[in-house]
This record gives sequence, C-alpha cells and structure tokens, in this order.
Amino acid sequence: MIDIILAFISTVGVLSILFASIGIMRMPDFYLRLSVTVKASTLGVGLLLICAAIMFPDMSVTTKAIAIIFFLIITAPIGAHMIGRAAYFTGTPLWKGTIIDELAGKYNKETHELESDGNDTEGDNKDQAPNVAKTDEETE
Amino acid sequence: MITLEAYFDYVILPILSISVMLVFVRLFRGPSLVDRVIALDLIITIGIGIITVYSIRSNQEVFLDVAIILALIAFLGTVAFAYYIEKQKK
Repeated sequence: MIDIILAFISTVGVLSILFASIGIMRMPDFYLRLSVTVKASTLGVGLLLICAAIMFPDMSVTTKAIAIIFFLIITAPIGAHMIGRAAYFTGTPLWKGTIIDELAGKYNKETHELESDGNDTEGDNKDQAPNVAKTDEETE
Repeated sequence: MITLEAYFDYVILPILSISVMLVFVRLFRGPSLVDRVIALDLIITIGIGIITVYSIRSNQEVFLDVAIILALIAFLGTVAFAYYIEKQKK
C-alpha cells in the first residue's frame, strides 16, 4: 500500500518537472517561460522530497526534507521576481501576441522606481509603446 | 509485479534526465541572457530532485545535505545574476 502511494507521489512530481522543462522549451516568450518553470518545478521537487521523507523512517530526513521544501517555497518566487524585473528593465521583448502591458511607461528609466498614474509632474515617459516583439524570431 | 526500486530506476530517473536535456537545449539556444539564467536555475532545481531520488535508491540520507546546499546556491546565483543584469550599462 505504501509503495503505491510513493509511486503515485513521485510520478506526479516527476511529471510536473517534465512539464516545466517542456514549457521552457516551447513557450514563445521569456516571461511565459518564467511563469511556467518556477511554479511547476517547485511543486515537482517538493513532491519528490515528500516521497523521500515518507520512505526513510528516520526523523532527521523528514526534518531535512521539510527544510528544503520550505526554503524552495520561500526563495523561488523571490528569485523569479528579481530576474523578471531585471529582464523588464534591460528591454527583453514581449511575445508578439501580447495584448496589454500595464507597466509600459510607468517605470522611471533612471531610478527604476514605479510611478503612479496621478503623478502628472513628469509626463514625458508616459504614452510609451510596450516593448512587444515584431517577429517570432526575436523571442524564440 | 514491479518493485518500487525498479520503478525509480527505469521510470523516474530517465524522465528527470530527459527534463535536464530539454532545459539544456534552452540554455544553449536562449536568445537573451535572462533566458539562460532561468534555464540554469531550473537545471539546479531538477538536480535537487535527482539527488533526492538517488538518495532514496542508494539508501544514503547524507545526500540530502547536498540538496540543501544546492538550493542555497541556486537562489544566490539567481539573485546575483539579477542584480548585475539590472545594474549593467547598455
């Protein structure tokens, strides 16, 4: 019985890791790739670690597995947010089918600070076109 | 009747290896630097999974310490890359 549970948990985990890697291959855009990989890979590795925690009868392994899962869940969104922010500032183009980019023109290019819409004193970087790619090859 | 050990050896580990190979394609092809950074991050995360499965198969729980260190290094690498990509002059 416990074997079936372990096989099920590890299968779900490894399939979500496989879907993350297929997603990073197939998605047309950096931002879509980022949103696919972070969540799916965290889920997959977390399930594999739960599998290890059930398999070893030792208490120390359970503690280590919970520590790794906690650390991954804390740090993966922080790293993803930082790298996505850096990519937006360095001008990584969006996919050519992008409909809306709500951040376009709202970041100050010099100080990298977000400005609110009601602030009309420095209106020179508003009405900026979003950085959408013209062709598929730009983001492929 | 297949055992759980055979299932880990012949199903789980090959699928993880195929995943690493697919991410390596993105690491080489990636048009921009940030694509390569997230590909590297994903490779290290899959590496944590491989270490976990290997520690189950070889019955050595010491390998999970390596997984802790690898998770730490992946986070620090991503944050450092993001910091310097954001600060670089174009």
